[in-house]
Amino acid sequence: MNFKTRLGLGILGFFTLIAVVGEWIAPYDPSAMGDDLLSPPSGAHWFGTTMTGQDIFSQVLVGTRGVMVVGLVCGVLATFLSILVGVTAGFLGGAADEALSMLSNVFLVIPALPLIIIVASMLPSADTVLIAAVISLTAWAWGARVLRAQTMSLRRRDFVEAARASGERTWRIIVFEVLPNLTAVIASGFVGTVIFAVMLQITLSFVGVVSLSTWNWGTILFWAQSNQALGQGAWWWFVPAGLCIALLGTALALINFGIDEYANPRLRKVRA
Amino acid sequence: MTFLLRRGLFYLITLWAAITANFLLPRLLPGDPVQAMITKLGGRLNSDAMASLYILFGLDEKKSLWEQYVDYWGTLLRGDLGLSFTFFPTPVADVLSQSLPWTLGLVGVTTVIAFLLGTLLGVYAGWKRGSWLDTLIPVTTFLSSIPYFWLGLIAISVFSVTFPLLPASGGYAAGLVPEFSWEFISSVLEHAVLPGITIVVSSVASWILGMRNMMVTVTAEDYVLVARAKGLSQKRIMFAYAARNAVLPSISGFALSLGFIVGGALLVEMVFSYPGLGYVLFQGIGAKDYPLMQGVFLVITLAVLVANLLADVGYLLLDPRTRREG
Repeated sequence: MNFKTRLGLGILGFFTLIAVVGEWIAPYDPSAMGDDLLSPPSGAHWFGTTMTGQDIFSQVLVGTRGVMVVGLVCGVLATFLSILVGVTAGFLGGAADEALSMLSNVFLVIPALPLIIIVASMLPSADTVLIAAVISLTAWAWGARVLRAQTMSLRRRDFVEAARASGERTWRIIVFEVLPNLTAVIASGFVGTVIFAVMLQITLSFVGVVSLSTWNWGTILFWAQSNQALGQGAWWWFVPAGLCIALLGTALALINFGIDEYANPRLRKVRA
Repeated sequence: MTFLLRRGLFYLITLWAAITANFLLPRLLPGDPVQAMITKLGGRLNSDAMASLYILFGLDEKKSLWEQYVDYWGTLLRGDLGLSFTFFPTPVADVLSQSLPWTLGLVGVTTVIAFLLGTLLGVYAGWKRGSWLDTLIPVTTFLSSIPYFWLGLIAISVFSVTFPLLPASGGYAAGLVPEFSWEFISSVLEHAVLPGITIVVSSVASWILGMRNMMVTVTAEDYVLVARAKGLSQKRIMFAYAARNAVLPSISGFALSLGFIVGGALLVEMVFSYPGLGYVLFQGIGAKDYPLMQGVFLVITLAVLVANLLADVGYLLLDPRTRREG
């Protein structure tokens, strides 16, 4: 493991920790209004306060959980769907492959953001888990495409033929012979999906289609934008949440580079 | 030609899927928001407008789903997308045709710039691996991890609020009338700078990275070694041998990432109140204006599909293997 990968894992671990303990270590109730209105960062309020005197540091801490939960749930659901579609298509070939590939390409080409905005705004109650499920439905296609290509290159290998010749059932070959060889691809697909899901969730909160009753980094930005934080020069209102998103995204991307370099040795640093 | 036919057929199927999704969503999801809106507008809707809203959102429950579907297609093919609640009583189709050129201009130009710039930087970064260009990778990774809209907010706060250099919102200065004059065009360009740079900066990283990794892979191929052995100039090997092959995945990836880029660009328009489809969509969200939101979705999908077809033609020109029959 190189430095970049370890850095990525470190940052991810940090945010995971915050997601767990954030609610307990937050100095204030994130929704409670205070007397310091729109004050810049200080000893009492590390990230400053909002227009109604809410503590932004507490909002960021408490909001971490929502972000991480959606990332994790979507990552798991969408990865499962992509394995189901991608590996099946690649392994079976023929008409099943044509149909499944077509399905995933359709999902890839249709612009996901406007579609999800429509679905989310039509749902009567857009809570975190429901949104995670909707995002997963659009997030699996890329992984399925990559997995299909990899599976196709595996399915005529000798060890698969040997398993077939010895009379193994198809599902057993897929689970015990093919899947273990796809671990790196699946892992990198998982990480990619988490990035996608986190970005999408924050975006949905920012445009205001997701319920604003629970805190996440996107809701902070939504309130900042709708209260004209920019025009009033209240940079502390939207900078911390944005930096957290960027840090988390970078950490996940770094982890993905690590997986890519592990799977494709040509990308590794040339040692002089 | 079979290649283009196959792709064309695929895009038709995708378009059909998008339209059918649009048809089914309001019918499958609980609640009748459109009915509520119609009740609220009451007598201000004329009977034609009322009829098309009923067809578009499946409020006519006496008909079977299949009859509704046929009616729906009929309404769409006449170009009738219903009335917008936000811009009442303007038809959705009119709202969209006013804002589409803005989006096409902004997103089209910035996507092409980002693609060319990113690919070129990627070619150099992959060719001269281990040089200072490698430091570009972590920086661009960080930039691409920033949501488009947040970068837009930062750009506004730095370049419009702190240092008032460029306008923060709108497509042209207030008080100007859209016309073919230098005053108007320069105002449009001035207003496009910040949103444009925001889109380029956030989308360029993925092109750099993809191109760099393909260059690294291609540089190890035998034909590059042969080209070197022949003593060809570095520049010729780099562009005519390595880059020409390495760019193929980027172009086929162009088609697939376009939907994602367009999503980001819509957000940039929202932040900058740019008069394109994204801002229209944003106004529609606030007012729960479903006819408008669905119209935006259809038009964007159509635009993405057309752009994909163009990318396919480019692929065809660059890769002779796709031109071979069979």
